[in-house]
Amino acid sequence: MLIDWFTVIAQVVNFLILVWLLKHFLYQPILNAIDAREKRIASEIAEADAKKTEAVKERDEFRQKNETFDQQRSAHMNQVMEEAKTERAQLLDAARLESEDLRTRLQAALKNEQHCLNDALSLRACEEVFAIARKVLTELAGTTLEERMTEIFLARLRELNDAEMAGLKSAFLASNSPLLVRTAFELPTEQCAAIEAASKEILGSDKQLKFETAPDLISGIEIIVDGQKIAWSIAGYLASLAKSVDSLLKTPDNLQSKDEIIDIADAAQEIDENRA
Amino acid sequence: MNLSPDQVVFWQMGFFKLNATIAYTWALMIVLVLGSKLVTRKLSTQLQRSRWQNLLEIIVTGIKQQVSEVGLQQPEKYIGFLGTLFLFVAMASLFTIIPGYEPPTGSLSTSAALAICVLVAVPLYGIEESGLTEYLRAYMKPTFFMLPFNIISELSRTLALAVRLFGNMMSGTMILAILLTITPFLFPIVMSALGLLTGMVQAYIFSILATVYIAAATRVHKPKIESHKKLLNNDDDN
Repeated sequence: MLIDWFTVIAQVVNFLILVWLLKHFLYQPILNAIDAREKRIASEIAEADAKKTEAVKERDEFRQKNETFDQQRSAHMNQVMEEAKTERAQLLDAARLESEDLRTRLQAALKNEQHCLNDALSLRACEEVFAIARKVLTELAGTTLEERMTEIFLARLRELNDAEMAGLKSAFLASNSPLLVRTAFELPTEQCAAIEAASKEILGSDKQLKFETAPDLISGIEIIVDGQKIAWSIAGYLASLAKSVDSLLKTPDNLQSKDEIIDIADAAQEIDENRA
Repeated sequence: MNLSPDQVVFWQMGFFKLNATIAYTWALMIVLVLGSKLVTRKLSTQLQRSRWQNLLEIIVTGIKQQVSEVGLQQPEKYIGFLGTLFLFVAMASLFTIIPGYEPPTGSLSTSAALAICVLVAVPLYGIEESGLTEYLRAYMKPTFFMLPFNIISELSRTLALAVRLFGNMMSGTMILAILLTITPFLFPIVMSALGLLTGMVQAYIFSILATVYIAAATRVHKPKIESHKKLLNNDDDN
């Protein structure tokens, strides 16, 4: 008999036990381990996918930000360039204006300097003319001239208008001091007598006259009483002439010092160089 | 010379006895269980794992793949039974390289026991899957008159399973024994190698046939089950 029934039963039992044992010790743990690994790999892949998605998103965001930044930067650059251009134009205009202003001032200063020089030359020429005239007249002056002058003086005294005459008279009468007669040279007695006679005649008073010599008159004669003076002298002519010349030369103008003129000229030159 | 290891009896007490078949089966069981226990004691869920774990994973996933390829929907459910069938038969033939060992599958009692297990498991799985009446009704298809033939088919295929495995395993051992007496050196080695191959093939055939039987039994009312699943899915969607 090939089949032993006890063995068959025993083998069935053995097989069922083996099934249970292997299920417990082999299939289940192995399948669990494989499942765990698959889950782990799946989760890792999912995580990697999520990370990739996130990375792509971040990359897109970064790219977008970069583009925005580039646009902003170029816009900024353009704006700054425009501003710089405007500023440059403004600065150039300002420099041009300043330069023109300085040039105008320089021209004015140069003109002024030339004017001053002319004035100085005129003044000097006048002074020289006066000096020469004074010297010539001083040298020509003498007793005969004094006589002539006395005549002219007396004639003028007589030609005084009424108001002047009245003022002179009142001053002469009110004054206690003697009438002072100044001449460049000492008058001869005849001249003195003539003057005294004329004063008596004109002023109506026989007050004592006092004669003085004053060389600075150059040539001439003057009567001084109580602050009032009647005179005819070359010095007086010359003085009035010099006074009128002075007043002519010293007309208020843009008088500037030479140093200032030089400064203005330097500044104008510098501005021109900068513009070039 | 013994035709079956059943005839080598180590101990007997009445009906109970301990023969070589049972003893070698125990030895196989111990090796399989202890080996599995040792390897699965420290399983790694990381990508790095031991060679033994890799080997067991290859075996288990291979069995699982074969089961699912035959057509069983949930291979995890059947892998305990079918995988153990394959592993037991395969290991029984593999151990023939050990001198003095006789495969327990070379005993008709063992192969009959395994065939009986299949014979019982097929209707059990079928009933579990589709219910008792549906399963029993399958025996009367296409007509009521087919019932005896279906029952005969069921029994004969069980017998075929048992005898096929027994014949192949026993013949391999027998040929080896005979050749050892005739040409002691070269031929036994070649035949031993051939025996290993046939053993593996037999293990594959035995387990795959069992899988096919179970698949056939559980697939009796598959269309209905599928339509039921569709309904369930629609309910879930809603």
